[in-house]
Amino acid sequence: MSAVAASPAPPAAAAPSHRGRRPSTLTVYRWELRKFVSQKRTYLGLFLAVLMPLIFVLSQHLRQHNPHEQDNIFAAQITQSGLATPVLMLLFESFFLLPLIAALVAGDVVAAEDGNGTLKTILTRSVDRGQVFAAKTIAAMTYAVIAVFLSAAVATIAGVASWGFKSITSYSGTVVSAPKALLLVFAANGCFLIPLLTVVCIGVLLSTVTRNSAAAVVGTVGITLILAIVAQIPGLEGLQGYLLTNQYSNWHGLLRTPTDWAPITHSIWVCALYAVPALVAGYLVFLRRDVAGG
Amino acid sequence: MSEQAPPVKARGLVKRYDDVLAVDHIDLNVHTGDVYGFLGPNGAGKTTTLRMILGLITPTQGTAELFGLDPMRHGARALDGVAGFVEAPRFYPYLTGRKNLELLAALDGDDARSRIDDVLSTVELSARAIHRVGGYSHGMRQRLGIAAALLRRPQLLILDEPATGLDPAGMRDMRVLIRGLADQGITVLLSSHQLPEVQELCDRVAIVDRGRVVYEGALADLRRQGGAGYRLRTTDDVRALAIAAQHPGVEHAHAAEHDLSLQADEREIGELSLALGRAGIGILALTPELATLEDLFFRLTESGAAAPADAGAPAASERLESLAGAQ
Repeated sequence: MSAVAASPAPPAAAAPSHRGRRPSTLTVYRWELRKFVSQKRTYLGLFLAVLMPLIFVLSQHLRQHNPHEQDNIFAAQITQSGLATPVLMLLFESFFLLPLIAALVAGDVVAAEDGNGTLKTILTRSVDRGQVFAAKTIAAMTYAVIAVFLSAAVATIAGVASWGFKSITSYSGTVVSAPKALLLVFAANGCFLIPLLTVVCIGVLLSTVTRNSAAAVVGTVGITLILAIVAQIPGLEGLQGYLLTNQYSNWHGLLRTPTDWAPITHSIWVCALYAVPALVAGYLVFLRRDVAGG
Repeated sequence: MSEQAPPVKARGLVKRYDDVLAVDHIDLNVHTGDVYGFLGPNGAGKTTTLRMILGLITPTQGTAELFGLDPMRHGARALDGVAGFVEAPRFYPYLTGRKNLELLAALDGDDARSRIDDVLSTVELSARAIHRVGGYSHGMRQRLGIAAALLRRPQLLILDEPATGLDPAGMRDMRVLIRGLADQGITVLLSSHQLPEVQELCDRVAIVDRGRVVYEGALADLRRQGGAGYRLRTTDDVRALAIAAQHPGVEHAHAAEHDLSLQADEREIGELSLALGRAGIGILALTPELATLEDLFFRLTESGAAAPADAGAPAASERLESLAGAQ
């Protein structure tokens, strides 16, 4: 180590009681995003969100299409309109990939700080624990939003570039103009965020409780998989409407004519049943936990 | 917040982990301007106590106040004017040193950001600030920890083993830095098991052992309590020892290898020297001998069970005196 200068440090304040402007939660949130930007892990999820639509479009170019063989109405239209691509991608990605991407960050957001010992560093500054928790949760949600819309944008661009900006036929069999279909595609992704942000809340809870990134990520994905399995168990059909994974398809109502809002409103309150307790529990644990590591 | 409130006041701090009592009714009083040494062997409960003081862990029992505010009740507001680190300072390895400080400055609010260049210069990290912390040496991270603390313009600096892992030059430089900060009026609470460091820097100390404070007070008092000893060499040590052993106020007189060792205050030593003169014994050398902090530390922490927790410093001093007598 080279010599530490004995030069004078900035002088001490006159009195600690004269405290000026405190950082807002928005400031903490901005720094959470800057931390995301500086970590490779962040780009892994976004890379997957970009890669999957490209692989999908490429694979569609390489195979023979027979619209009559397709069960799904949008799969049947894949080469007729580029706007069918983002709908199909949302259909495919919503059950595993996007929840996985969301869990990658949500499960890591608190636990990684615990593992690195940096939680004690930030909790001995001028921000309250509640602010840190809020900022981390909102940042993890922001990441999920970006992943969803990035994937949708790439799928839309790749689909339109391959098969044109044309009208599509909705689940109800009505033709929807291309501009309106584009709007509906992004609205459908917005609706999907309701269950996905609930996954984020569960991830943040597990990240706070387990203090272990891997356990939190695997646990979050595991919970969604278990719920998906439960949905398949004969005799438990009555539960299906209340399972988080069943809310992944809430956006289908947007692609009907007239719009069926029922699955969307249903998903809002069902997801709230999962998200609110998870958030409250995570918040309380974070407030009261001992920061003893590092 | 009271203006008269001391930088640190801990009362009856207890931390229990299941069956393990890590901290057992610790009281601490750090006064304004102190360079306060918090001493104890590894596992004595120093770091756990500091974490409770900073609000990082919840005490099982007791309270800690920083400038009159309890971090458990007042949150980040209680940390105003307080900075430092517990165990090794930790940073985001994927960010540069400067970015780490920018982040922490943002979390400090005020004008902390404007001080980044100054604090980097103070710890001589300006040139390396553009590199990621992941590539920093241990010593550089320690210095960055000091820089991060200085961003807050602290009035109380809490440092947990700041010299651990540093080479001798780094340790010396760290001591110079801490001394410089103390000279500027910053109160320092320095946890350490490096006794020379504490002896050089601190004016008041608390010694903890097995979760209990076995001594708290001025370092000078501790050394006095440890026994003001003298080494005496005379023209006739055998007779001198006999006279000393009978002399009122002189204690624990015994023959050492080349001289005599005894304990007494200055007045009694003066009278003893006259008595020796009257007996025709010449004094060749009379050397005062204060116990070192190291002696006292080991006497307090390696001599069986700790003092009763509620007995506090007086009981510890009595114990120390009895231990000194047993030497």
